Amino acid sequence: MSRFILAEHEEKLAELNRIIDEYKGKEGPLMPILTKAQELFGYLPYEVQAHIAEALDIPVSDIYGVATFYSQFSVKPKGKYKIGVCMGTACYVKGSQLILNELIKELGVQPGDTTEDGRFTLEATRCLGACGLAPVMMINEDVYGRLKPEDVKGILDKYRDK
Amino acid sequence: MKLYRSHVLVCGGTGCHSSGSAGIMDAFQAELKKHKLEDEIKLVGTGCFGLCAVGPVVVVYPEGAFYSGIKAEDVPRIVEEHLLKGRIVNDLLYHDHAKAEDIVSTLDEVEFYKKQKRMALRNCGVINPEKIEEYIAFDGYKALAKVLTEMTPMDVINEIKASGLRGRGGAGFPTGLKWEFARKAPGDKKYVCCNADEGDPGAFMDRSLLEGDPHSILEAMAIAGYAIGSDQGYIYVRAEYPIAVKRLSIAIEQAKELGLLGKNIFGTDFSFDIELRLGAGAFVCGEETALMRSIEGKRGEPTPRPPFPAVKGVFAKPTLLNNVETYANIPQIILNGAEWFAQVGTEKSKGTKVFALGGKINNTGLVEVPMGTTLREIIYDIGGGIPNGKKFKAAQTGGPSGGCIPAEHLDTPIDYDSLAKIGSMMGSGGLIVMDEDNCMVDIARFFLDFTVDESCGKCPPCRIGTKRMLELLDKITSGNGEEGDIEKLEELGNNIKAAALCGLGQTAPNPVLSTIMYFRDEYEAHIKEKRCPAGVCRNLLRYVISSDLCRGCGLCTKVCPVSAISGERKAPHSIDPDKCIKCGACAEKCPFHAITKG
Repeated sequence: MSRFILAEHEEKLAELNRIIDEYKGKEGPLMPILTKAQELFGYLPYEVQAHIAEALDIPVSDIYGVATFYSQFSVKPKGKYKIGVCMGTACYVKGSQLILNELIKELGVQPGDTTEDGRFTLEATRCLGACGLAPVMMINEDVYGRLKPEDVKGILDKYRDK
Repeated sequence: MKLYRSHVLVCGGTGCHSSGSAGIMDAFQAELKKHKLEDEIKLVGTGCFGLCAVGPVVVVYPEGAFYSGIKAEDVPRIVEEHLLKGRIVNDLLYHDHAKAEDIVSTLDEVEFYKKQKRMALRNCGVINPEKIEEYIAFDGYKALAKVLTEMTPMDVINEIKASGLRGRGGAGFPTGLKWEFARKAPGDKKYVCCNADEGDPGAFMDRSLLEGDPHSILEAMAIAGYAIGSDQGYIYVRAEYPIAVKRLSIAIEQAKELGLLGKNIFGTDFSFDIELRLGAGAFVCGEETALMRSIEGKRGEPTPRPPFPAVKGVFAKPTLLNNVETYANIPQIILNGAEWFAQVGTEKSKGTKVFALGGKINNTGLVEVPMGTTLREIIYDIGGGIPNGKKFKAAQTGGPSGGCIPAEHLDTPIDYDSLAKIGSMMGSGGLIVMDEDNCMVDIARFFLDFTVDESCGKCPPCRIGTKRMLELLDKITSGNGEEGDIEKLEELGNNIKAAALCGLGQTAPNPVLSTIMYFRDEYEAHIKEKRCPAGVCRNLLRYVISSDLCRGCGLCTKVCPVSAISGERKAPHSIDPDKCIKCGACAEKCPFHAITKG
């Protein structure tokens, strides 16, 4: 993959600087800045981490440490659609593993990976708190509940055409 | 003020939202407009009603008609029949599992609600959580006003102490005592934090509270701020809960606009502000010291206690940290008094507890019951029992920190102490029901897999110990278990409990130890007989054809992808276990149910 060059993303860089300025004076600014930076870029490339490190005057290793500790942060690019299959207890006892297996088969990628066309990232996620509808998966902000393995293909097709 | 002849309440909790309640809101809006009813009928989007299983849910007042499983195309009928002509649409009403012949027409007739007592959830499913006026109309911010104008900080703390309220996050520490420690800790700057990092899989009580009644949490935190002498609060909320985050942000903004947060609240000297901090997907951040490190912007690694957060917490200042549900109880205790609260519950566990019912149970959803209610009442009377005529095997409480409770303890009254006695814990309130099709060794493996993944790696007992336990469980479930493995698991588990740094590690072995305690025979079947009694562990699975039931129709031989089944026509068939890949296709196809997992 081509290298990420921050200077080529002028608008986003300006927005990132605005975010840093907003939180810089507050106590414990790093988490909110990283959250917003990830919303902006889709992930946290090394160059973005280095830029934040310089602005906050902390070592970039600290930022890398935080970025890799939390599962919501990613230092790798993600697909256009993030599929999260809930692996919480309620979903697990109702067969969410079968849903995940079906997605692995359909997409041809393992959990944590992105399809070659950059369309889908598959993830086995923590409890989504929609246990009443178990088993559940999320595609970006959309929630699909009471799933059966045979539903998977039809749901994916909706995102394949978009 | 405008008066309406009817109110239509549409549930907008996560469960119903996912089932499509937003489309129902839109449909009602369009229909009401079409019939020019907007001035007569008030449409309200509320928080969670609790009965997520039959969502989306709509309630029409004054009748209290309880419509369930509504689709957008049902809306015109409800508007034309019920709202225009006053005729309740019977076939759309909720149908009670418990009473096969009866259709239940109103909310208070539903079995699911009869044994419940909604104290913490009082406003959920009643008010529009995005309108501060509705919260105020239900006595909102009245407790804060009372505290600021009539009570000293010590009065507040004494009232909470007298109520007997204990932390709803799991451990059950007396709340009033915690407040007193934070008040007495020396320091000019103090913080009030709310732990909304609800990470237990299968628990969504806090999510529903934040989505259904966010102002009650803000009010309680302000009361806590006054009691301990703090002017700054943080709510640490999971990023996985977008609706909760949105409604909390709206609530904070509205409260600031009306001067209920900010400088000189109610014209007094008391000032208090609240900021949201988003988690980023780390289970360990539900542990109090890890949560505080995370607010500071560091890796969420726990630190040894003492010093306790009340002495040295966020940014090294004295900090009070309570769970969402704990806060939700505070305003009512202030308004109605400690005695009122202490009337409910058992001797040592006062008030109610909210449980998230999930797994193999008919009425999945949110329930709130007085402490001391038995598991049997929750699972059968409220939860409507186990679906498909299956047999109850165990109830799991306390998430990855808790244990599995077998049928013999179904009549145990639920409170902090009785659950600890039978090897589980209250935990935050997730209650997952399992039936005969769930393998308890697999469930133990599932939880260990979770804790190994979520262990922060700081202390060796948790980092290495839980990994070794998981390896043993993998060995057993894959059919390679040996004599002595169970004892090794027990020894390791007890050592980890004694030696780990934080609550995550200290409780991580519980799911394994409790399943060994109650379901040792299942472990032994895996190890000695290489058999999974529930038919879950794939490597141990065997499909067999009953020679009594098989008619030799041959359908199974056609569907088998690896030609593992053979037999003469019209004579009993058999499966070659060496060829069988355990796909289960034959069992599904057999018209005589002759093929079973064994």
